[in-house]
Amino acid sequence: MPKKITLNDKGIEFLKKIQELSGETITLCDQCGTCSGGCPFVEDMDITPSQIMRKTMLGQTDVMDSKTMWICASCYTCTVRCPRMLDVSKVSEALRQVKLRQAIDKINIDDITPEDANELPSIAVVSAFRKFTG
Amino acid sequence: MKENIKIPYFPGCTLKTKAKNFEVSAIEASKMIGIELTEIPKWNCCGVVSSLSTDDLMKHIAPVRNLIRVQEMNDSGQANGNRLLTLCSMCFNSMKRTNQRVKNKPEDMKSINDFMYLEKDYLGGVEVIHYFELLDEEILGRIKEKSVKSLKDLKIAPYYGCMLLRPKDIGIDNPEEPSVMENLISSLGGKPVKWDAKSRCCGSYHTVNNKDIVINLAKGIIENARKSGADTIITSCPLCAFNLDNRQKEIIKKDHGFRTMPVFYFSQLMAVAFGLKEEFIGLDGNYIDPKPLLKEKKLI
Amino acid sequence: MSDTQKMVKVYVMGEAYMVPEGSTIVGAFEYAGFQLKRGVGCREGFCGACATVYREKGDYKLKGGLGCQTVVTDEMYIAQIPFVPADKPIYDMDEITPDAGTFMNLYPSVFRCVSCNTCTKACPQDIQVMDYIQAIIKGDIAEAANLSFDCIRCGLCALRCPAEIVQFNAAILAQRLYGKYIAPKSPELEVRANEIIEGKYVKELEELATMEKQKLVDKYYNREIKIS
Repeated sequence: MPKKITLNDKGIEFLKKIQELSGETITLCDQCGTCSGGCPFVEDMDITPSQIMRKTMLGQTDVMDSKTMWICASCYTCTVRCPRMLDVSKVSEALRQVKLRQAIDKINIDDITPEDANELPSIAVVSAFRKFTG
Repeated sequence: MKENIKIPYFPGCTLKTKAKNFEVSAIEASKMIGIELTEIPKWNCCGVVSSLSTDDLMKHIAPVRNLIRVQEMNDSGQANGNRLLTLCSMCFNSMKRTNQRVKNKPEDMKSINDFMYLEKDYLGGVEVIHYFELLDEEILGRIKEKSVKSLKDLKIAPYYGCMLLRPKDIGIDNPEEPSVMENLISSLGGKPVKWDAKSRCCGSYHTVNNKDIVINLAKGIIENARKSGADTIITSCPLCAFNLDNRQKEIIKKDHGFRTMPVFYFSQLMAVAFGLKEEFIGLDGNYIDPKPLLKEKKLI
Repeated sequence: MSDTQKMVKVYVMGEAYMVPEGSTIVGAFEYAGFQLKRGVGCREGFCGACATVYREKGDYKLKGGLGCQTVVTDEMYIAQIPFVPADKPIYDMDEITPDAGTFMNLYPSVFRCVSCNTCTKACPQDIQVMDYIQAIIKGDIAEAANLSFDCIRCGLCALRCPAEIVQFNAAILAQRLYGKYIAPKSPELEVRANEIIEGKYVKELEELATMEKQKLVDKYYNREIKIS
């Protein structure tokens, strides 16, 4: 007999929020794993991109505690390969935004050492601030 | 023969600071093949890295401002044509994405125009292109013609990275099997290397606060190039260049047996092939000294 | 004040006061009975101490200006900004270089700029604030110094910035770097500096320092001003 999964209110609200911010219909994900298979960062992640999709789909808010969304660098490898035409990088961005919009930054901008400041190209610093501060 | 091309050009922050050698080599090499890059006035940040959430319009303001500069150049007759050219892959990606977004979503265009009430409205007429999109048969022919020093002994791995190819509707070539850089290398007389890592991410901005990720990825990319027989890697992105070139310093710290490999901006090899002065090639700006390799191949 | 003086209504921190038409914001404050100890200075538009934010009737825009230069309008809402908290790192001019890296280190927030131009709109000095911040990111320190030259550090730019940049302090750094490393050196300045070091003016200074007050005042008003 098929088992029906019912999301609680909090879960539904979370899924709705992430779908709204990302513009992606996350529930279309088939869990084929192509995104995780091609992700160049997957080794450094604690859960895979396809797990991010699954957990979000099921309204599991603990996905926010994972470091995966912060490791994702929006390289769009998953985006061009998803057979369901889903943009996983947008889902990562939505998850990051939920945290950043609570004024929780992922980088302390004062931590740049003088040595790094002499070496780093402007584009690296601008990019990191855009992705890691709200 | 087609006429010379004069095109509005957006440098971006890094071409004015750490990647001056990219800009000077590209401008000077382009002159040789009848392409004149006219820097747009009063440009600002390209809006990197493209903001991906549906409601975050603030981050799209910067690119739209730059597009308005091109629109103004056209209105005042300073430019002919609606194209804006970038050399940096990241500038290309973020400005093209924003342009596409405001063109496809009139409500976003209106919000941004309303917010920037001191600027003229952006009307959506500008097209953002990357330098490589100029390389049609005609221009490749000119490149072949102007190449006085043959790169035939130089095995070159074309590194596309992410921003030139993805996502599909932004990319300038097939995201899995691109060929535009190979065509350029062949026209310069060089040997394009077939390799696996040409569109693998270099780790991007993680280089700021998560260096180790970048070190591992860069090492993998360089070793893949080496294994595939490459002498050097070329790129059109100053962030990829930093991660692949400068970060080799960190790779060596972790792996003493690592063999370094010079990394060029594609335009530097154009300048080499065209026999330009060393100040136009800008070799001092490269971290891993490329001079021994170029001397060995009798190119300088 | 004559009986025919027209009065306008302004709201100071939310409370209504009637003040003479044509008053400046600082004037209106004082007419309304406030004694300003902070948030007022030269009253000539030079010192930058009297940053004010206000809204005018029928206009959705939150505007900024100098209290001593801005004339009140009827139904204006006013709040004085006595002080703008801003980080001010300590640096040694001999150890820094005129490039973007210096700002990455000392004012990293500059690199958060999203080019929204809110700073420029807030500036009472009509400075192209966003443009000089962008010039810093491009490493064009001379341009940043020149564009920000008229800044009087009122701090309104920093108050409005969504990226929390402290533009006015970054501008000082740009100007100092420009002065020390980029601007052409003046040979006359060096000559004069050497004269001072060698004590050419010591005697004259001592004379002034010990002079009776009235003599000093007379001397000041009768001083020779040479315009060459």
